[in-house]
Amino acid sequence: MLRKPIWQRTYILPTLVAVVSGVGLIFALLGDGIWDALSWLAVGLPVAIAAWVWWQATSIRAKAR
Amino acid sequence: MTNSSLRKWAWVHKWSSLVSTIFLLMLCITGLPLIFHHEIDDLLHDSAHPAEVAPGTQPVSLDQVLQNVRERYPGKVVQFLSWDDENPGVLFLSINDSVSADPMTNQFARFDANTGNFLDEPDFNGRFTMIMYRLHTDMYAGLPGKLFLGLMGLFFVAAIVSGIVIYGPFMRKLKFGAIRVNRTRAVRWLDWHNFLGIVVIAWTLVVGATGVVNTWADLVVKVWQFTQLSEMLGPGRDRPVPTKLASVEDAMQLARSKLPDMEPQTVAFPGTIFAGRAHYVIFFKGNTPLTSRLLKPVVIDGETGAFTDMQDMPWFVTTLLISKPLHFGDYGGMTLKVIWAILDVITIIILVTGLYLWIARRRVPAEQPPELVLPSVERSHA
Repeated sequence: MLRKPIWQRTYILPTLVAVVSGVGLIFALLGDGIWDALSWLAVGLPVAIAAWVWWQATSIRAKAR
Repeated sequence: MTNSSLRKWAWVHKWSSLVSTIFLLMLCITGLPLIFHHEIDDLLHDSAHPAEVAPGTQPVSLDQVLQNVRERYPGKVVQFLSWDDENPGVLFLSINDSVSADPMTNQFARFDANTGNFLDEPDFNGRFTMIMYRLHTDMYAGLPGKLFLGLMGLFFVAAIVSGIVIYGPFMRKLKFGAIRVNRTRAVRWLDWHNFLGIVVIAWTLVVGATGVVNTWADLVVKVWQFTQLSEMLGPGRDRPVPTKLASVEDAMQLARSKLPDMEPQTVAFPGTIFAGRAHYVIFFKGNTPLTSRLLKPVVIDGETGAFTDMQDMPWFVTTLLISKPLHFGDYGGMTLKVIWAILDVITIIILVTGLYLWIARRRVPAEQPPELVLPSVERSHA
């Protein structure tokens, strides 16, 4: 059985993160207040994901010891 | 993708990274304090504060400010007068021996916009933030230094793009964000490099590309002078610098009446690089986060004070002006600056793990973890 094309599997989540954080970079240019807050959430998304992955990785390592 | 094209992309990723990594590390490290340059300057350097005035107070005439400048700096001339974006009520004066002197040698003085009184003479040269800024922009090597760093930025963009391409084959058996925590350091760091690299690509691409555009600023200004500025000055562009200047206050008020929805940002005096020989050029900015970064030049005759022309900036200047906030991250408050700093640190981790992986891959093949070897793409579709 043929697998799905590669981009559908490996690239789908990174593309979503890139689009959200890329659009977020523009949000803060559009206005103040709510636009700034939306921008923080969107540009901060990669930071939040990285923090979550780091937390997961360290807790798995701690259990393995 | 075939195995041979994967090998080519991996080659691009390796060499574009190796050529630029040391400079990118320098840029990330010097860029980190620059995100907070305003806060650091406030902390390290005292500055005089403008007088408190009742809201709605009419600022003093610019002619009076210039008179005060002349009295304090006899024999000197003003090249530029700017309204300080970060400190309302403060005027920033760039002063030199002549209008045609190199602006790099300008001295600076701040005056109170409401009272016209002298505030202080900030000296940026010895400042920590200035040293970081010079290392970050031209490594004290002027235009060649800027263009060199721009080239390194282009290699960085090539490394990101080729990194995206080879991410897929490397990750085909792994989930997004998977870190094989119980494996050797080389495998763990490969996973971190791949994950962090792909999760921040929008930011690294934007900051990398806008950084490259910023290195072309001097060239963009030159092109603007020879095209739009020359055209706006019209047939009067070759007149000599007037011996007696028309009132700068009247020039500013006339320009302002043409652009009621905008604020004056900088006055370039006749004979300076941003003006005509016989004309003032007054740059106006809008009042939203986006339009406050865009400038609109108004040309006023420096001898008669008559309105000469005004135009929107051409696309290549607008691109440069938009590139600045997108590179500096100074357009969304302190929270955005902190996010910018974290993303900068993540980029440093990507650079360091990438360098480590290159060293690990140089070991003899038998000692190499198989995960570091280029995966075979064709087999994955079988």
